[in-house]
Amino acid sequence: MRVGDHPILGKVEWGKKVTMIVDGHPVEALEGEPIATALLAAGRRVFRYTTKLNEPRGVFCALGRCTDCVMVVDGQPNVRTCVTPVRDGMVIETQVGLGQWCYSKKADKKDG
Amino acid sequence: MVEPMNKVKVAVVGAGAAGISASIEAARAGAKVVLIDENERPGGQLFKQIHKFFGSEAHRAGIRGIQIGTDLLEQAKEAGVQIRLNTVVYGLFAEKCLGLMCGDHTEELQADVIILATGASENTLAFPGWTLPGVMGAGAAQTLINIHRTLPGDRVLMVGAGNVGLIVSYQLLQAGAEVVASVEGLPYIGGYGVHASKIRRAGVPILLSHTVLRAEGHESVERAVISQVDKNWVPLQGTEKTLEIDTLCLAVGLSPLAELAWMAGCQFIHISPMGGWIPVHDENMQTTLPGIYVAGDLTGIEEASTAMEEGRLAGLAAAEALGCLSFEEGAMKKAEVRERLETLRIGSFGKGRSLAKKQILESRGTV
Repeated sequence: MRVGDHPILGKVEWGKKVTMIVDGHPVEALEGEPIATALLAAGRRVFRYTTKLNEPRGVFCALGRCTDCVMVVDGQPNVRTCVTPVRDGMVIETQVGLGQWCYSKKADKKDG
Repeated sequence: MVEPMNKVKVAVVGAGAAGISASIEAARAGAKVVLIDENERPGGQLFKQIHKFFGSEAHRAGIRGIQIGTDLLEQAKEAGVQIRLNTVVYGLFAEKCLGLMCGDHTEELQADVIILATGASENTLAFPGWTLPGVMGAGAAQTLINIHRTLPGDRVLMVGAGNVGLIVSYQLLQAGAEVVASVEGLPYIGGYGVHASKIRRAGVPILLSHTVLRAEGHESVERAVISQVDKNWVPLQGTEKTLEIDTLCLAVGLSPLAELAWMAGCQFIHISPMGGWIPVHDENMQTTLPGIYVAGDLTGIEEASTAMEEGRLAGLAAAEALGCLSFEEGAMKKAEVRERLETLRIGSFGKGRSLAKKQILESRGTV
């Protein structure tokens, strides 16, 4: 859930709305916010499954330290979603185990 | 291609409360300062601190952390501090050479003086179910709500009633979540009474001598089982309670982020109440290695107000060591900062920290 109004911080001016493709489905996000934030706001809690026991993992530190929230982003596995900013059209997939490189899913990364 | 090694007078690692303050003082004295941070935004944890700070007027009591962060960044800019963001310092090598990783390349930066202000990381608590999505650090929840304006869940259990646990509980309420309870293993509240009162007034029960036994849920947290503990922290059978929650926050202390100081070979001392292993330093915040200084939570877990003063002290001492400040000027300015630091470490909460700091100073050369 987004915190639009806040007793101390006031009303937030949301950034530009963009769309990420998450496990094949479009998910709305705000440009530049961490991928993890957009996913939490969209109600997603499981970001990956562990290698040995296939257990679910989600956001734990939200600071880029613990690597619990890594996913496959634009074909690159082990991307820390809590510190990676959203760009329009990003392709994001739930990571299973160590994940797999997928070069065909690499979006056009040349920023204008 | 091998690039020529970059050199700088002062390199400060970590753009939080301590690092920015150190940079400002060193740059104001005339040193060329590079301030490095791995995040895309500077400020460390200051911009999550939406509550008012304590202390005296000199410590900017009554001002919110976010405002203090904004002011510090403005001062750093005015003083000519060069801030490098999105840059990880992965190593501290011989001859005070820092290894930097920035995007897809690495480089080296050699400094005459290095100030480490790397802060701390949250401790965790292992119990069955602690890896379930929905279990997170209290700091993680604070980042999500106050910086990214997104709630991690609706019904929260807070574990730990120190200042972090109490403050984040209140901030979760402000953001619109329900805090079902705050549990604390100790038989007393570790944080300030004023923070505890705020969440109690809002109807959050603070359960002392309680711990979390396990978190349960299919793919994420759906409930937590808590119980009372005896004075040896052993759960008392028959006191278990199940709470329906979707988020469990851990506020069980912080540990200094000391990797770079370890790597450099600084002497360390273990002081439990300050968070564990701490680089030994002198009254100028200099470690046992000449030219390497430390400040902030890395030198023992305290507060943003003490971190800022320690940063100033390190920045002044560094400037003095480089000849940017005369001995007299340096002595006078450092004395002012030390006086303010002392007043921050009085009272029932500050006394332990004051004693621990004395222990660090006295341990030099004895370990």
